[in-house]
Amino acid sequence: MTIYSQISGNKTRTWVIFLLFIFLVSGFFYVVGLYTYSGSEYFVIGLIFSFASTIGSYFFSDRIVLLSVGAHPASKEEYFDFYTVAENMSLSAGLPMPKLYVIDDSSPNAFATGRDPKHAVICATTGLLSILNRGELEGVIAHELSHIKNYDILLASVVSVLVGTVALVSDWMMRSMWWGGIRRRDDNDRDNGNNPLFLIFIVIVFIITPIVATLIQLAISRKREFLADADGALLNRNPKGLARALEKISQDKHVLSTATTSTAHLFILNPFKEGKKGNWLLGLFNTHPPTEERIRILRGM
Amino acid sequence: MSTPIILLALAIVFVIYLVSTYNGLIILRTRIQEALSGIDVQLKRRTDLIPNLVETVKGYAKHERGVFENVTKARSSLMSASSLQEKAEANNQLSTALKSLFAVAEAYPDLKASSNFQNLQRQLEDTEDKVAYSRQFYNSNVLDFNTKVQVFPSNIIAGMLGFKAEQFFAATEEERKKVEVKFE
Repeated sequence: MTIYSQISGNKTRTWVIFLLFIFLVSGFFYVVGLYTYSGSEYFVIGLIFSFASTIGSYFFSDRIVLLSVGAHPASKEEYFDFYTVAENMSLSAGLPMPKLYVIDDSSPNAFATGRDPKHAVICATTGLLSILNRGELEGVIAHELSHIKNYDILLASVVSVLVGTVALVSDWMMRSMWWGGIRRRDDNDRDNGNNPLFLIFIVIVFIITPIVATLIQLAISRKREFLADADGALLNRNPKGLARALEKISQDKHVLSTATTSTAHLFILNPFKEGKKGNWLLGLFNTHPPTEERIRILRGM
Repeated sequence: MSTPIILLALAIVFVIYLVSTYNGLIILRTRIQEALSGIDVQLKRRTDLIPNLVETVKGYAKHERGVFENVTKARSSLMSASSLQEKAEANNQLSTALKSLFAVAEAYPDLKASSNFQNLQRQLEDTEDKVAYSRQFYNSNVLDFNTKVQVFPSNIIAGMLGFKAEQFFAATEEERKKVEVKFE
């Protein structure tokens, strides 16, 4: 697989996800419209809403993601190594310098976001910047730049915003139904006790959840991480730097508090740490290949 | 199908191939020139940092005149270098001279402790990295271009149109050892 087929593959998948999202959301609103006998107004709302979300996710995904993890811009004075290493790796990759952001969190991690190499962002936690030396930092940033170069960031950021939106919508629907905001126009108040909409909602949740999981897996085939590891190693000709960085990151046991299930797949290592059994959903979102395997391959290069 | 149509179709295919190969070569060559000016920017940054460094070190270690002379000489030969090979050689010379300058600095604890010196040292090290990485980018572009110029069948068209393989920017022996990576 060449870099060009990776890029076009990622763009195609982004379009597929846009269409799927519009179809899913407006279809969902259509069903609600049917149920409430309110004609096509729900469908129109759904259509407008889903179009607005896809357009928004394309242009503003980076800002939304950065906002949701609480990142602030990094200056050269304050983060000399981060800034200069990013400059150097961009030189080596022949890419424009990405914007740099920092999250104030002791859990070491990093991710890249944006829609193309000209609108790209690399974000690192203060924990990462404090435990890595320049060589290791080069490895991490080279890995992120590879994601930028082959447009993994576009797909991953769009998915993370849209999945976040689905979570928001279903949460909102749940509350509306709980408080009786959506009901049949001919319903009497005393019918609310056994509202069949709850049943429909539960069925929909069971349908939507695997679809969302599939979306995420579309976006993050684990192959991507291995590819970015290998491409990154070509940028600084030093695969051991990234291997050491991954070792250090995986040894740290802090969980990144600002990460959510909709942004987890963006990070270089799973921010919830491997082996956490708390949430069954996380099993579906198995976004990262085993770290030991990545380190073994990098050491073998 | 009659013969003239087949011949016409072949001619069109050939012209399309010719044009796309020509354009591909031009794009690759433009990238090489861009990468080359990228190296020049970093070399310039490097030479700009040196007078400041020499002044700072002089303030603490006046007697090491030979070292300063070497650095200054290497710097001016890098500034006057015009061909690629001259630049590569002058750059390597400067690296050696700077190494002895920093070795001298080791003997002066006051100098080593000064924040101005530490800052300059950090910036110089970073600039050296930048030179190395822009050179690596340049070389990988040259590799792409040369492959196209030398591989069949694009070599025929490249030869007809007068494209020649470009020169790599050579690294020092020491750096070459550092970047040796095995890919399976």
